[in-house]
Amino acid sequence: MRVEVRLFAVAGDLAGRRTVEVELPAGATVADLRRALTGQWPALEALGPRLLIAVNQDYAPDDRVLAPGDEVAGIPPVSGG
Amino acid sequence: MIRLTREPIEAGQVIQAVQRPACGAVAVFLGTVRDHSQGKAVAWLEYEAYEPMAERRLSDLLAEARSRWALGEMAIVHRLGRLAVGETSVAIAVSAAHRAEALAACGFLIDRLKQIVPIWKKEVWQDGTSAWA
Repeated sequence: MRVEVRLFAVAGDLAGRRTVEVELPAGATVADLRRALTGQWPALEALGPRLLIAVNQDYAPDDRVLAPGDEVAGIPPVSGG
Repeated sequence: MIRLTREPIEAGQVIQAVQRPACGAVAVFLGTVRDHSQGKAVAWLEYEAYEPMAERRLSDLLAEARSRWALGEMAIVHRLGRLAVGETSVAIAVSAAHRAEALAACGFLIDRLKQIVPIWKKEVWQDGTSAWA
């Protein structure tokens, strides 16, 4: 399944794009997504686990299984306020 | 009230939004753009947000505050886009019957906002360099 990932702030800068697409097998998890992201955009490795992944606008753990149509975002350390 | 806006924040309006006759206290926090950061002179700031998720997390924070303290109303307004030194980046107002609850909830809201809400600040310095905070 093709998963579109929005990358915010420094994550978008590191990848050079604000939206990326990764191809994942059915039943892939957030951990698999992370590996796909850093595999295709190695600069994201600089963030490591500090890049949180949100699925459908909720922070998701690495073992969360992804489904087609999920809204996925890469959330680097926040700095609002 | 939760709002993400690209317009200048009017603190008076945020305060008015929470005032109620039954409330004897209104606590207010304003975050403003400082002229220096990391030892360098700031030119401007830029704020970016994952807006729908930010609104959800802000809504969660209001619900948590309401479950912890006896409160009247709450308002959080966060500015997005480019801000000059001195401008208000965030305004939080909380009303309550008594000041202890209003002050505690206001402090909680800004502290937690800075930890979990998907909003990011980019600092642009006078020397031309910039970095995400």
